[in-house]
Amino acid sequence: MNQSFILRGVRPYGDDPVDIVVADGVIRQITAAGAAFADGAEVQEANGLIALPGLVDLHTHLREPGREDAETVETGSQAAALGGYTAVFAMANTFPVADTAGVVEQVWRLGQESGLVDVHPVGAVTVGLGGTQLAELGAMAGSAAQVRVFSDDGKCVSDAVLMRRALEYVKAFDGVIAQHAQEPRLTENAQMNESPLSGVLGLTGWPAVAEESIIARDVLLAHHVGSRLHVCHVSTAGSVDIVRWAKARGINVTAEVTPHHLLLTEELVRSYDPVYKVNPPLRSADDVAALWEGLADGTIDIVATDHAPHALEDKDCEWGAASFGMLGLQTALSVVVETMVRTGRLDWRGVAERMSAAPARIGQAHDHGQPLEVGSVANIVLVDADARWVVEADLLASKSHNTPYAGMELPARVEHVLKRGRFTVRNGMVDR
Amino acid sequence: MRHLLSAADLDSATAQLILDTAAELATVTDRSVKKLPTLRGRTVVNLFFEDSTRTRISFEMAAKRLSADVINFAAKGSSVSKGESLKDTALTLEAMGADAVVIRHSASGAPHRLANAGWIGGTVVNAGDGTHEHPTQALLDAYTIRRHLRGGKGDLDGLRVTIVGDVLHSRVARSNVLLLSILGADVTLVGPPTLLPTGIDSWPCKVSYDIDEVIPGTDALMMLRVQLERMQAAYFPSAREYSRAYGLDRERMVKLPDHAIVMHPGPMNRGMEISAEVADSDRAVMVEQVANGVSVRMAVLYLLLGGSGEAIATAEKSGGRAA
Repeated sequence: MNQSFILRGVRPYGDDPVDIVVADGVIRQITAAGAAFADGAEVQEANGLIALPGLVDLHTHLREPGREDAETVETGSQAAALGGYTAVFAMANTFPVADTAGVVEQVWRLGQESGLVDVHPVGAVTVGLGGTQLAELGAMAGSAAQVRVFSDDGKCVSDAVLMRRALEYVKAFDGVIAQHAQEPRLTENAQMNESPLSGVLGLTGWPAVAEESIIARDVLLAHHVGSRLHVCHVSTAGSVDIVRWAKARGINVTAEVTPHHLLLTEELVRSYDPVYKVNPPLRSADDVAALWEGLADGTIDIVATDHAPHALEDKDCEWGAASFGMLGLQTALSVVVETMVRTGRLDWRGVAERMSAAPARIGQAHDHGQPLEVGSVANIVLVDADARWVVEADLLASKSHNTPYAGMELPARVEHVLKRGRFTVRNGMVDR
Repeated sequence: MRHLLSAADLDSATAQLILDTAAELATVTDRSVKKLPTLRGRTVVNLFFEDSTRTRISFEMAAKRLSADVINFAAKGSSVSKGESLKDTALTLEAMGADAVVIRHSASGAPHRLANAGWIGGTVVNAGDGTHEHPTQALLDAYTIRRHLRGGKGDLDGLRVTIVGDVLHSRVARSNVLLLSILGADVTLVGPPTLLPTGIDSWPCKVSYDIDEVIPGTDALMMLRVQLERMQAAYFPSAREYSRAYGLDRERMVKLPDHAIVMHPGPMNRGMEISAEVADSDRAVMVEQVANGVSVRMAVLYLLLGGSGEAIATAEKSGGRAA
């Protein structure tokens, strides 16, 4: 197999066209467009495509082990690669839960076997996500999977003492606790954002304060113990304010927003179609605007998909019976382009920071998120920014079809992806 | 109009058409042979995922008086816990050729899913979904109010209707606020702040925490059932405190205007939201509400299932919106 490529005429971060020469997994040379020549190198014409460092998703559900009917590491990796990702962090709420070195090593190994993206397992904070006893965080950190991100995602580490201990404990190996901020008592049987609409629809409300109160508590805890906190899927204007306040105080906190919270609002729940049922719930237009602003000004550090595949029967039912979650890997970049780039809120460097460099830093995936310059690991995504495409649920690589964007036309298409100098996606198709 | 999912699906003209039709059909009840041939050969399924003997019997009687074939499908427990899913149940009914499905379900929006998910082709009537809506209850309440206070004709313009109790969890309250305001009534909701939903200030009604302030200016007073388990969830401190602050006893009842009526969707908690003395008084029209329920449900089935092509056409011309 050819080990060296010339990516002809690409525009790094949307800048002027250049040729990028890739060999032995690293960027060897960047020349004027059309000028690169390397003996034996294969030329990939890529005239005008935007080049970004390969995307990194800090929040993915790959469902394996346990729910292989909804997604596997392999199908999730395909979806990730086609979405422009070169690394994903697989959440711990599998069956069994990824709360031991054994399970995280299994997921790590499955990722290696697939090879399309680097799969970094996230370790559970508590045993079985039960919220009462710390999982063996050190064993997972020391395993072959080298876990650095710990999360009970799907459940909140609501016990303040346990959260404090977890934050302290992971300092030993520079880990980070990624908190799913949801006060459980305030959200019992909650179904949608608590708002005038929830009152009208008769669906139990999920108040913003249930998210904000946990974030407020956790930034104070992180400050108190001098540790590092990451806040998953921030969804309310108040949460953005709290994170902004915490950062201004110098608290070591990072935050993520999902693509769906940047594009969709609670108005969609009027249909009672469970494809729009997600945790945290879709919020108001005012919240969405605050998330745009927070992502633009850096209060929110990253975009993470919270890609959550669900088997058909878990969505093809009444609202109350349906599972929470929606697909995201293959549409994330397009949604960010739609909401942030085309509107002028973020330039391509901003996209690279929010979707690659920053998530790689937070998760300590050191081979990823490196700048497009000579010597960097050649994790590169090439994007046709002018293309538009219509999302078809059945054509997505995921085993599940629960995309909220079905039928929607979105901008920007991923054309090629290289992971460590090898194509994983070519002409919009998985390539091995 | 193909389905009846929400009171908001109705405009004033369509709602009045249903009430007028119900009045006409009510005369059948006075005959010795209480049956019309209108829906002969049509099948109506009562699909009840929640126990509700009263509502099911009411729909059953309505369909039978129109000569429809009626099947009662009591799906024990919800699909949330175990058993057959709503979808599979729907497909089964579709295969059996149900013309209309009357559904009661504990999940808000379940009738919307049944009507819009593409599982079945027939008509869907919402017989109460979760804490969302119960449109035929609102229609029978409007019918009862109109009969007592408007001589059984026209709309409810300017009538003052007060609804007291657990609005947060009440599908009856939601449908009544929508329908009664569509018909021109001035609706006031009364309850402790914990039992009034977020955003209630955007509803087409007034809100009060003080029943005594509202009673003297009330033409129709509707008491909602308050479930005791709400107390465990701290919505109010005790049954006695609730009863003192929001219950209707004789002392409060006598402060109503002379013409005012007292209503309750049932089943009542005597001694909780309504005293036995009030429940058994001349003001109380609960038994009549039950009787009117049959007529109103006859009218709904008749109009939705094309008992008269012309009645449907009239409904649509006058702006009846497809659900």
